Amino acid sequence: MTNQPLTLAEKVWNDHLVAKGENGAPDLLFIDLHLIHEVTSPQAFDGLRLAGRSIRRPDLTIATEDHNTPTVDIDKPIADPTSRTQIEALRYNAKEFGIRIHSLGDVEQGIVHVVGPQLGLTMPGITVVCGDSHTSTHGAFGALAIGIGTSEVEHVLATQTLPLKPFKTMAINVEGTLRKGVTAKDIILAVIAKIGTGGGQGYVLEYRGSAIRSLSMEARMTICNMSIEAGARAGMVAPDEITFEYLKGRAHAPQGKDWEDAVEYWKSLPTDDGATFDAEVFLDANILDPFVTWGTNPGQGVSLNDVVPAPSSFADPNENAAAQRALEYMDLVPGTKMKDIKVDTVFLGSCTNSRIEDLRAAAAIINGKKKSDHVRMLVVPGSARVRLQAEQEGLDQIFKDFGAEWRFAGCSMCLGMNPDQLAPGERAASTSNRNFEGRQGKGARTHLVSPLVAAATAIRGTLSAPSDLEEN
Amino acid sequence: MDKFTRFSGVGVPLRRSNVDTDQIIPAVYLKRITKTGFDDALFASWRNDPEFILNQDAYKHGEVLVAGPDFGTGSSREHAVWALRDYGFKAVLSAKFADIFRGNAGKQGLVTGEISESDTEKLWTAIEANPGVKIEIDLIKKVATLGDLSVPFAIDEYTRWRLLEGLDDIGLTLRDEAAITAFEAKRPAWMPKTLPARH
Repeated sequence: MTNQPLTLAEKVWNDHLVAKGENGAPDLLFIDLHLIHEVTSPQAFDGLRLAGRSIRRPDLTIATEDHNTPTVDIDKPIADPTSRTQIEALRYNAKEFGIRIHSLGDVEQGIVHVVGPQLGLTMPGITVVCGDSHTSTHGAFGALAIGIGTSEVEHVLATQTLPLKPFKTMAINVEGTLRKGVTAKDIILAVIAKIGTGGGQGYVLEYRGSAIRSLSMEARMTICNMSIEAGARAGMVAPDEITFEYLKGRAHAPQGKDWEDAVEYWKSLPTDDGATFDAEVFLDANILDPFVTWGTNPGQGVSLNDVVPAPSSFADPNENAAAQRALEYMDLVPGTKMKDIKVDTVFLGSCTNSRIEDLRAAAAIINGKKKSDHVRMLVVPGSARVRLQAEQEGLDQIFKDFGAEWRFAGCSMCLGMNPDQLAPGERAASTSNRNFEGRQGKGARTHLVSPLVAAATAIRGTLSAPSDLEEN
Repeated sequence: MDKFTRFSGVGVPLRRSNVDTDQIIPAVYLKRITKTGFDDALFASWRNDPEFILNQDAYKHGEVLVAGPDFGTGSSREHAVWALRDYGFKAVLSAKFADIFRGNAGKQGLVTGEISESDTEKLWTAIEANPGVKIEIDLIKKVATLGDLSVPFAIDEYTRWRLLEGLDDIGLTLRDEAAITAFEAKRPAWMPKTLPARH
């Protein structure tokens, strides 16, 4: 038993087992970190009140405002009364139950999945939950991070545990070196196109291989973030020196002797030699192009150098029907070059691509260039700290000179809950994670892209790679 | 949660795959802080289309949804389950459910039965031949029945037991409270703590 080789996910699972489920019951796992935001929590707090329950571990819980917050005029009262009520409910609940909260205007406010890692709260080998499917982001540190629904939020608040059925494990092996202009976002879009939106269902994905090892923490977060788009419950990357380097010195990272103990444990986490995965997928990083979506689910993607596919190219009748509907919604004709698709808006932001590295990469491309006249560009940093950092580096000025709108931190146009929405029929190149019908506004059309493609697209006005700029 | 054993309700054939939670309930409806009253939000943008299935008289009072594979993908919003429940749906049948959606449904007493793709097609055809026909969902036998057509469905055994008994999850977990306390006592010191706040 002790010598049995284990995967990273299995190790974290075993080390959090409070009670083993018997007779088909799920295992009970301890939760080390619970992140909360305004949209999926109010009903959970009401549930606690109705049952007369309290919060077991406020010291493992933290709240921030992100989904439904404005990205302009944040010093003024929120105009929409329903949104204002929701934000006020979070503030009230945090106060009543003694939870730390970072509200609009606070330096630690921002998208919940940017804030956790930034504070050093997200660490290898811990369990993280949040009432948000993109909680998978935190898996980049070698944490087991799971998105949950509101009933589960209430459950974790009351018990600091979660009943979970054991997952299967899938290795996503990405070997090789990415070519210039190809990024983590292209890796994950290619993975989803390969295994489909349901391909990861029931699995925890572990991203492995030389291409993953060479990625920064920001890039690993981009990849793990979209694990849910392949249907997986979580995505993970084994911790290594890059992980430790990122964490060291952060506000809540362990210090002194605790740091040494932590690193020793973290080094024991990577998947053992000889451990087996229930499934394996292989991707060659050497030949990967920038990837973009053409349809209305994140699995409907192609190389940027490719064309809009014909529905008849999908043998599966469901995929075929989905492609037909998607093309109609997206107003696209099969055979059209992806690079000929004209966009109206470029959105740089979301928990997928709003960290400092993403802003730097996009700024480097647009610096000194002129924005396409017909394109509107929105830049929404992932957190107030990212925004400040970018301003210290002068990136805000580059975006403003280019003609982009420099906004305050939040989820913004990724899900269009706040006023940052596309108009019906409008088409966006978006660094976010979902291209669902109406996701960014009623009737809006979304192409998912990397920050580099977003920047090049803002210059040329059609879906473009940075290399297209050099050819001119 | 009410106990669920057997239920008979109007079947609705939703011939679509990849019905994501943004389609089930668009984000704009997530601003509400209540847990009920989401019936108007269900499939809000599709319902603008007069041809949409729930706008047809026979299906207006639908209670058993039969959908294509990969139902409930995307966002973790439990509002998707509340909207289906508030509209009147008691069960959804599909060849494949997204994990979080299925988990959320189980907490709210909405049955998610996994059926084969060929049985999905059979049910669609049978419903469309007789719009407004009822489907019986038998959670004890794990069978959906429409006239002569009987279709087995799969559901996680633990969820099924909880639904049959109408049990509350938190109450079940708190029976293990001693184990939680024991686990807490041996957690290493380096583990993250949100309080006191450090900046």
